[in-house]
Order: sequence, then structure tokens, then C-alpha cells
Amino acid sequence: MSEPALPDGVERREVDGEERLATRGEPVYGEPTADGWRAWDPERSKLGGMLELGFETGLTGGETVLYLGAASGTTVSHVADFAGPTYAVEFAPRPARDLLDAAASRKRLFPLLKDARKPETYAHVVESDVDAIVQDVATRGQADVAVRNARFLADDGRLLLAIKARSEDVTAEPDAVFEGALDRLREAYEILETRRLDRYHEDHLGVVATPR
Amino acid sequence: MSDTDAGPDASAASDGGDGWFEALPSDATDETDTETESDSRATAAAAARVRDGTAASPADWPAHAVDSGFAADTDEYYDRLKAATTRATREAVRERERADDAQLIHAVRAMDDTERVANELAERAVEWTGSLFDDVGSGIEGARAVAAREPESEAERRAVSLAARAAELDDERAELAETIGRVAPAVAPNLAEMAGPELAARLIALAGGLESLAKKPSGTVQVLGAEDALFAHLSGRAPSPKHGIIYTHEYVRGTRPEDRGSAARALAGKLTLAARADHYAGERRAQLHDDLRERMATIRARAGDDAATDGGAADE
Repeated sequence: MSEPALPDGVERREVDGEERLATRGEPVYGEPTADGWRAWDPERSKLGGMLELGFETGLTGGETVLYLGAASGTTVSHVADFAGPTYAVEFAPRPARDLLDAAASRKRLFPLLKDARKPETYAHVVESDVDAIVQDVATRGQADVAVRNARFLADDGRLLLAIKARSEDVTAEPDAVFEGALDRLREAYEILETRRLDRYHEDHLGVVATPR
Repeated sequence: MSDTDAGPDASAASDGGDGWFEALPSDATDETDTETESDSRATAAAAARVRDGTAASPADWPAHAVDSGFAADTDEYYDRLKAATTRATREAVRERERADDAQLIHAVRAMDDTERVANELAERAVEWTGSLFDDVGSGIEGARAVAAREPESEAERRAVSLAARAAELDDERAELAETIGRVAPAVAPNLAEMAGPELAARLIALAGGLESLAKKPSGTVQVLGAEDALFAHLSGRAPSPKHGIIYTHEYVRGTRPEDRGSAARALAGKLTLAARADHYAGERRAQLHDDLRERMATIRARAGDDAATDGGAADE
């Protein structure tokens, strides 16, 4: 199995005697560190899981990123460590407070307390033609959020999406939920790759897509 | 050249979709003694634009900002964006945190009021219209059907209008429920995921706020909403209540009666932890939800075990 290259700025480093994904930056959530590198826990981060599982993310390092569902900043802090300007959108105030802490030491990580379902409330701040949209929102209508935010993505950009089955419908079969979500996504995107993230995140589907 | 260049810019500026930096002072003054003050004033204005502004679609804002002279280069643009977004988000977080559980409490109480009054009015309206028209249904649905009729007399006008008010109140109830569905997961993500938005809102309302819910022992959370039964018990007139409002949760209601006490205790325990996680940490705790699912599966497996051993006693 040939492993796609990790983005520049993401490396496998020995941390606490284990080979782990890591980025360089200020620690955020008490993660183990070694020589200024912070371990990136794939079990706490959907994108970390996708990188660990070898998804073709198209990330090379230094890109402009729109991150939807930044929560406390666990994952987006790693993204900002290797990417360029990174816009972090989070709707809930309590996690956004921690996001502010995570963003404090990262000069190009821009925290935004906004509703990802309403892109018009941040289109005056977030620039057009971003290289990647990373989405991890735990609300119903996840595919819809991705479609609405497609306007920010460059024509050759990548959508890196984790769909959580339980957020759509707790009673439905995950496979049925994923099919429905992918159908909606295809209205704006071409799906490049999908794989279950079960090794790290139960009932989640990882998706890589590009605008149609 | 300037004509064609100015075209798109001019139209972008007139469609109400400006970047956050438009119409802000281009830069701080270069008099050193007032620099800090005017910087902070400029940041405050920029933060307000970040919070309240809108645009239909994004644009190459860094380039626009440099072209318009707002920033000397993209680096400076991003520095100022960083200051503005940080300040905007800090202010918004502070305000939202201060207010949101209070708003949720108002919403859930208003929802209960609208439901009660809508039903009452609907009953009155269908009772009245039943004396004027044939085939009048009952309740809100009956009132909705009546509201669509063409009244022909003074009495019919009043009765039909009353039915229309009842239907509108019911619409308001539905909108309030939708608001709760949106706000509760923002205020208390773990609690809302575990209990559903409505029950989460009710628990917060009964406790008087997320903070006070987070500080209650789980035995109290278990019987929130069953205060009458609890006081009857405390004065020696009744057995202790097994559950309060959490009875509406599927985990309690859908468990067979002899195991409901265990189910209510397990659910209340996890709901309490969820409220604490939401109040003190604000992060989703997957473990909490997994633990509860596991515990409920164990409790419900007893029904199967009992059936298998031909009706052994429940270990309550």
C-alpha cells in the first residue's frame, strides 16, 4: 500500500517512545510533545484520522484553509501549524473560548464565532479561492453545510469532510445516512475518495471531494 | 485601463457585499503617543464589522485590502485580520455565554405556554364552530381546518378568526421548538446530544441554568420535575419518585417498568456528567455517551435474561 505524502509540516515523529503524527507549535490540549513537535492524536481528530489512514488529502503545507466546526481548536491548531492563513469557524461559544486560547500563539489562525450554515455571515471576512475546506460539524445537514460553503473553495481545491452518521439520524443505518449525504454533496462536488474512519471514529465517513 | 479595472470593483462595492475592512480607517496614526489608543479604537471598529457584516460571496479580500490602501501588504492585512477576528470572537463569546442558557429557559417556557394556550383556544374554537358548521374536527387540527373556511356571519367571523389564532399560536410553538433545537446544542452540546434538545432545555430550566444544573447531584437531576411526588415522599405520604422529567427520555420510557428505576438512575448520572462537561469544559465527551449506551444495554438485557430463565426476579 503506497502511502500518500504527508503535507509539509506534518511528520511522523517519535513522541513518548511511539511513532506518531506530529506538527510544530504550542501545545493546546495537553498533548505529548518532543522537541517542539506536538503529537496529533487521530482518535481526537477526524483529519488526523484521515491522514493516518492514508487519504489523498491534496494538502501540501502552506495552503489557505477554511475550517468549519473548529470546536475547541484541537484539530485546527494542528492545521494552522502546517498551513497558511486558516479561518476557523465555530458556532458554540464555550468551545470557541478555548479556540481563542489555541489561536493566541498562531498568527495566521483566525477564530470566527459564526454559524457554518450561514456562510453569508462570514463571506465578508473569509477570502475566496481557499485551497482546502476542512469540515467537522456535528449537526444535521452536514452535506448541506459543505454545499453552501463551496463558494469559498478554489476550482482545484479540496473538501476534506468527516460525516458523522449519528448527527443526521440516530436510528438510521450509517450506510444509508452516508449515501444520502453523498448524494447531496454531488450537487456541488465531485467525490474523489470515501472511507469509513471506524478505526478511530465510530460511524464516521471520511470524504475527499473537489468542486464540480 | 482604469475604466475596465474600476468596473468590477465599483459594482462589488455597491452590492452591499464589502469586505470587513471597507470604510474603516486605513491605518493608525503615526504619532507615537496616541498610537495605542487609536489602534485599539480601530480594532474595535474592525471587530464590530467582523461580527455584524455580511456578504453574499467571498472575494480576494487580502488583495482588495492592499489595493484600497487599507494595508501595505498581505502580511499587514493578515495581522490586522488577526487582531479584528480575535477581538470580535472574544466579545461575541463573552456575550453569548452570558446569555444563552437564559434565552433557552425563556424559549422552553414560552413553548409550553404557547402549547397550552393553543390547545385551549383550539378547543374553544372547534366547540364554537361545531355549532355553526358540519364536520368540525377536534383540537389544533380541527382549528386549522376551520381557519381555512369562509365565514358568512358575524358569529362565524369571530369563531373562524379564533381558530386562526389558535393555529398561529401552534405555529409559534413549532418555531420555538426549532429555536430550542438550534440553541440547546450550542449551549450544552453533551447534554443536548444525550437528552435531545427539548429535554436538555427543560432540565436547564428546572435547575435554573446550566451552571446550577451542573452543580446538582445526580439524585436531584433524576427527580427534577417530580417535586410534588418528592415532597409527598419526604412527608411520609408516598414512595420516593423514580424519575421526574427524564421520564420523557426513551431510555426510561422504553425500558420495562421493573427496570425503569435503574434506567433513570443510570441516565440521570450521565446527564449530570454531561451538564458538568458542558459547563466546565464545553467539549464533546464521546466516552460519556458510549458509557451510557453500554450501561443501558446491560440494563435492558435483563429483560431477555429473565425471559430466558423463565421469569427470575429483577435485581433492582
